[in-house]
Amino acid sequence: MTLLYSEVEEELRASVRDLLADRCGAAAVLRRVESGAPYDMDLWKTLSREIGVAGLLVPEEYGGAGASAREVAVVLEELGRAAAPLPFLTSSVLATVALLRAGEGELIRELASGETTAALAVSLAASPYRPPRETVTVTGEGILDGEVRAVAGADVADVLLVPVGTALYRVRAADARIEVVPSLDLTRPVATVTFSGVFAGEAIGRFEARRVLGFGAGLLASEQLGVAEWCLSTTLAYIKERRQFARPVGSFQAIKHRMADLWLDVVRARAAARNAADLLATDSGTSDGQERARDRESAVAVAASWCSEVAVRVAEEGVQLHGGIGMTWEHPLHLYLKRAKSTEVALGTPGAHRDALATLADLPAPV
Amino acid sequence: MALDEKAVRERAAAFLAGHDPAGDRLEFLRARFDAGLAWVHFPEGLGGLGAARELQNVVERELEGTPQLDLGVQTIGLGMAAPTILAFGTDEQRVRFLRPLWTGEEIWCQLFSEPGAGSDLATLGTRAVRDGDEWVVDGQKVWTSGAHHARWAILVARTDVDVPKHRGLTYFVCDMHAPGVEVRPLRQITGEAEFNEVFLTGVRLGDDLRLGEVGDGWRVAQTTLMNERVAIGGAPVRRGGGMVGLVTETWRSRPELRTHDLHRRLLRLWVEAEVTRLAGARLREQLSAGQPGPEGSGMKLAFADLNQALSGLDVELRGEEGLVYDDWTFRRSDTVDFFGRGPGYRYLRAKGNSIEGGTSEILRNIIAERVLGLPSEPRVDKDVPWKDLPR
Repeated sequence: MTLLYSEVEEELRASVRDLLADRCGAAAVLRRVESGAPYDMDLWKTLSREIGVAGLLVPEEYGGAGASAREVAVVLEELGRAAAPLPFLTSSVLATVALLRAGEGELIRELASGETTAALAVSLAASPYRPPRETVTVTGEGILDGEVRAVAGADVADVLLVPVGTALYRVRAADARIEVVPSLDLTRPVATVTFSGVFAGEAIGRFEARRVLGFGAGLLASEQLGVAEWCLSTTLAYIKERRQFARPVGSFQAIKHRMADLWLDVVRARAAARNAADLLATDSGTSDGQERARDRESAVAVAASWCSEVAVRVAEEGVQLHGGIGMTWEHPLHLYLKRAKSTEVALGTPGAHRDALATLADLPAPV
Repeated sequence: MALDEKAVRERAAAFLAGHDPAGDRLEFLRARFDAGLAWVHFPEGLGGLGAARELQNVVERELEGTPQLDLGVQTIGLGMAAPTILAFGTDEQRVRFLRPLWTGEEIWCQLFSEPGAGSDLATLGTRAVRDGDEWVVDGQKVWTSGAHHARWAILVARTDVDVPKHRGLTYFVCDMHAPGVEVRPLRQITGEAEFNEVFLTGVRLGDDLRLGEVGDGWRVAQTTLMNERVAIGGAPVRRGGGMVGLVTETWRSRPELRTHDLHRRLLRLWVEAEVTRLAGARLREQLSAGQPGPEGSGMKLAFADLNQALSGLDVELRGEEGLVYDDWTFRRSDTVDFFGRGPGYRYLRAKGNSIEGGTSEILRNIIAERVLGLPSEPRVDKDVPWKDLPR
């Protein structure tokens, strides 16, 4: 158990960061977002196949890297730092974990190699602590009907994994109707996915919402950490340069104090995100003891609630401290504000995670 | 060649075999110091073995259950005076002071802050004027804990009024038993007096009590202050321990006190306490791995904030009991008994956490300037002779 980054993690970070710096700078992301088709699937091919991030969570026997939540967390930090429009979270984390827990053995290989991209057909706003709304039905012959809203990553997926109750089904994305809606997060838009008499066949395994979505929430904390770090360092650079009243605005004490507070929040976010990633990495995968499960879920709830609020706060302060420029479309800062705020809602709001801690940390509500 | 863990453990075990821990306490401690097991990272002959600082843990484990130091009363000597004497003292001074300091035979206090010099410590005005081979000291110090039973003090005084403030200071060891030293308890909002005012009137100190060069007092004081900050921010906290543990214990055992508003605030503070604890753990890992980071500066800031929020919530949580105070008696107290006293005391005492040992405002300046590299503000006093400063 360590809260530090290992050498392997730092090397992985460096290769992802270099690639993103080259092909996913903030100006490039802004242009893609304006084009209406934000995902950069060429970059995804390079990242998922050449650097191999798609297979990080997949055991070697299924063609993956046999790595863990720790390594995935570092990749997410970098993707957050770039507000990268890539389906890593949706395909290589959520869909992959759903398949692993369902015990599926074939599609997982395709995801690991990067040749196939998948998405889990659940609302991005689904909370790990509440069963997702039942909006899709399946007949005895395996025919799906229904609609799921606010699904992320479906628009670039080849395969959709559809939970119906505690069963998981798989369908070709082409067989569903996927309508991307104008979304607050321009870099990870959501879509309404509709199934009209789509043949899915037999369930591929069990779907445990709490485990899968909880895993995702714990790792999203690392993505939010990356978002917060970009906003903090960008704002810091700006206030050193921007001069008013014949000196850098960053030399005024009120501004300095706010930045010091943000920095301290980010320091603590890093510790929380690392802690969650570490505990998720040591999750045995089978049912672990009650205390271990509670510790793991507590770590996730702490990281998710703290890191999201910090990312939003740093992004908001970033806009404020950039002054008028912070309100322009032209400056990429808004991409991060939107990513931070949307991700705050994703996989459990901070309040939902704190409410879960009432049970997990034995801090019961008043009767 | 520096000693390794095994060698240190063997030394400690050998010492224990040759000295009866159930015998005279002072003799045992003196012998332990002479055996180099007081603070192993100090040089040989001065209570150490010239070994790595982390190896002290090895000694502590071996000597568990033997006579221990009184860390409450000795904290200033051990944490502030000793590192300064080691770094800047002459050989005679190191030999003269370090052993009785460590054993606790001689207690130390700190004479830095003045009514007119707190955050702006460098502007202090207590004068030390040379008279032959002595210095004559006149002035007033404040916020001195333990002054009433201290044998020595670390003192910073002004020896040159014609140069800018930082350059006219000299560091001394002050004899607290010398004529002219008057100690008065300073009553604080909690009712008791942890601290004192110290009035220095014509106090004579031999030049052999000067620590470091004349005019170099500010630099020497930096060593002292750095050690003070590390001591406050670095202690490990058990998960669910400390102030948060106290509040959650009350919450769990007394459901009749719970309200929805308090619940929301408690959950938030619990998360904040957790992430702060984790950040502290991560910082300690970095230090162990030899990767010191700037994160230490933030820990005191975070803990002060948390203690204040939690102690405030505690008073509200207890309702009627929160209206009652345990003891307003004006008496001296040597240690802060956070957990032995009542919620009212904790709430009031916590207010000092963001002021003592570097105010939260100063700490934010330090983070902003030294960690984030933001420009310092224009200073109007840097190059002005001290005597010309408006006061």
